[in-house]
Amino acid sequence: MHLLEVKNLHVEVDGKKILNGLELSVGRGSVHAIMGPNGSGKSTLAHVLAGKDDYVVTQGEVLLDGEDILALPPDERAAKGLFLAFQYPLEIPGVATMTFLRTALNAQRKKRGEGELSVPQFIKRVNEVAAQLGIDKDMLRRGVNVGFSGGEKKRNEILQMALLEPRLCVLDETDSGLDIDALKVVSDGVNRLRSPERSFVVITHYQRLLNYIVPDVVHVLSRGRIVKTGDKALALELEATGYAQYQDEAA
Amino acid sequence: MNAEIHPIKTAAETALAENFATAKGALPGAGAVAALREEAFRRFESDGLPHRRIEEWKYTDLRALMRDAKPLAGVPDAAAKALARNAGAALASIEARRIVFVDGAFVSELSDLAGLETGLTISSLGQALAAGDAQVLAHIGRVVSTDDVAVALNTAFMGDGAVIRVAAGIALARPIHLVFVNAGPEPAAVFARSLVVIEQGARAMLVESHEGAGEYQVNSALELKVGDGAHVDHIKITAEGAGALHVASLMAAIGAHARFNEFLFTTGAAVARNQLFVRFAGEGAIAHICGASLLRGRQHADTTLVADHAVGDCTSREVFKSVLDGEARGVFQGKIIVRPHAQKTDAKMATHALLLSETAEADNKPELEIFADDVQCGHGATSGDLDEELLFYLKARGIPAKEAEALLIQAFVGEAVEGIEHAGLRDALMDQVAAWLKQRE
Repeated sequence: MHLLEVKNLHVEVDGKKILNGLELSVGRGSVHAIMGPNGSGKSTLAHVLAGKDDYVVTQGEVLLDGEDILALPPDERAAKGLFLAFQYPLEIPGVATMTFLRTALNAQRKKRGEGELSVPQFIKRVNEVAAQLGIDKDMLRRGVNVGFSGGEKKRNEILQMALLEPRLCVLDETDSGLDIDALKVVSDGVNRLRSPERSFVVITHYQRLLNYIVPDVVHVLSRGRIVKTGDKALALELEATGYAQYQDEAA
Repeated sequence: MNAEIHPIKTAAETALAENFATAKGALPGAGAVAALREEAFRRFESDGLPHRRIEEWKYTDLRALMRDAKPLAGVPDAAAKALARNAGAALASIEARRIVFVDGAFVSELSDLAGLETGLTISSLGQALAAGDAQVLAHIGRVVSTDDVAVALNTAFMGDGAVIRVAAGIALARPIHLVFVNAGPEPAAVFARSLVVIEQGARAMLVESHEGAGEYQVNSALELKVGDGAHVDHIKITAEGAGALHVASLMAAIGAHARFNEFLFTTGAAVARNQLFVRFAGEGAIAHICGASLLRGRQHADTTLVADHAVGDCTSREVFKSVLDGEARGVFQGKIIVRPHAQKTDAKMATHALLLSETAEADNKPELEIFADDVQCGHGATSGDLDEELLFYLKARGIPAKEAEALLIQAFVGEAVEGIEHAGLRDALMDQVAAWLKQRE
């Protein structure tokens, strides 16, 4: 069984059809890249997987380990091991990063029937992960993402991913707004988390990210459906030719 | 200011008049005090209870809200005092000198009056009035003058309260906690009046908490004189029972180069009105006047502030936050007056309401009356619901909806609470916020 199976997914936002019969199967331990032009439905796919309210699924299924998760609220999907790294991580003034991380981790553990971590256990765990990602402890003392640079926000996303240990990581245009140094740091963080038990769906407009996070499978998304699937060479081909041909094909 | 003829008395107004006629002979103080009461009562008689056509009471129509006037509370008996023993428990973690008032009466045996710091005196206002204490009478009704009718009613009926004086240059080692508790169970009206004089260069922190059970009415007033160069924190916690009508007035005069921090924390009473009359009496003073209200059900809480920059070169900052659930209504009226000679005034006021339901209501009325030309004044008011995008971010990390909301509400309230200088008190108030949120299911 695949870890993630998306079957004939149709999604509307404000009455407008965005996903149009999307099919996607992601095996355990594999990294799938989803590339596509603006407006092809990339971010919609990311948000629908995570369970955002404004997206109306009119048809289809999303199976995580064979279980349809479409009826579950976002927090329960997260507890089942789904993680969305946001394209634009939000600033939450007044909510301390450590409180946020601990609340999230313990809520997930509780839902899975695991014991909550004590404060010292938790702090030890965060410090380990932060050290691996080269995250300054000062960042952890601030409000969630408050005053962080674009690169720091993305690094904080990876920190959360590392701490929560999801089975399926969906990265929504993680490369947007990153300079090359930040891109390397973030990609290193992701690569360190690659394992036979963990799968990734890496959504991106540009091939550049895939130099650092090397995918097993590359899909082209256009007008709400996957129109071509290949290996990493497909990404390079897209870089050379652009998306124009796929947009024509879908039309 | 209101010349309107008001011939038809409501049941509450009639009862107040009867109560005054019956009780005035027994209220503490003769001579000048009795004259003060009479004068104040006449002010009430001519205007009646404040109502919606009185601008300052526009959103809190006391005449409509006050269906009746409860009988004046009697002297608390042993049972009432026993009930009061655990009062103020929310602040138990704070090392404070507790002064306890049961049904408005100063109860010395429940109060911590041992080992008063040099320069600190604490006594009963009722006794001071009865004895005609000249020092007290010199201040009563004079710290900041106002023709507000609720204050006039308090003056007419004032029974007991605290008289606190901190001598010049003295820094109190620990906060003073005035614990006001209504023990019930009989419906009662309490008129508490306190006078606090912090002399030049002294430092004091005063916490005031109000709680109770049953059906009762509280009209409480505090006159606070902050001397030149003094540093005073006053934190008032209104956590009255669900059957309470609570009207409280603060009259504060701030001396030159003094520092004054006021915080109002309100979770209780069916109807609460906190009115503050703050007057800058000397140049170079800094006042932070802030607050947070958390209301649900059909609760109504009104904060009405007048910050009177009577002299120049003073700074005032106001930040008020309200969290409104159910059909609750939160009112904020804030008026900043800058007198003609009060140049270099720096005044900023912000009020923010968070509406957790479709039926909650926030009324914000900021007013600036500026008669000087070299000042910086501003105000801002917002109201809205919780940010859906932030909630999704938290939920996407595995935090259930209610917990995610609680985190954001705590952050919202925390922004105001963090201005409180005393860390223990900040924590105690945030614990109260958490307790309030726990009931949201």
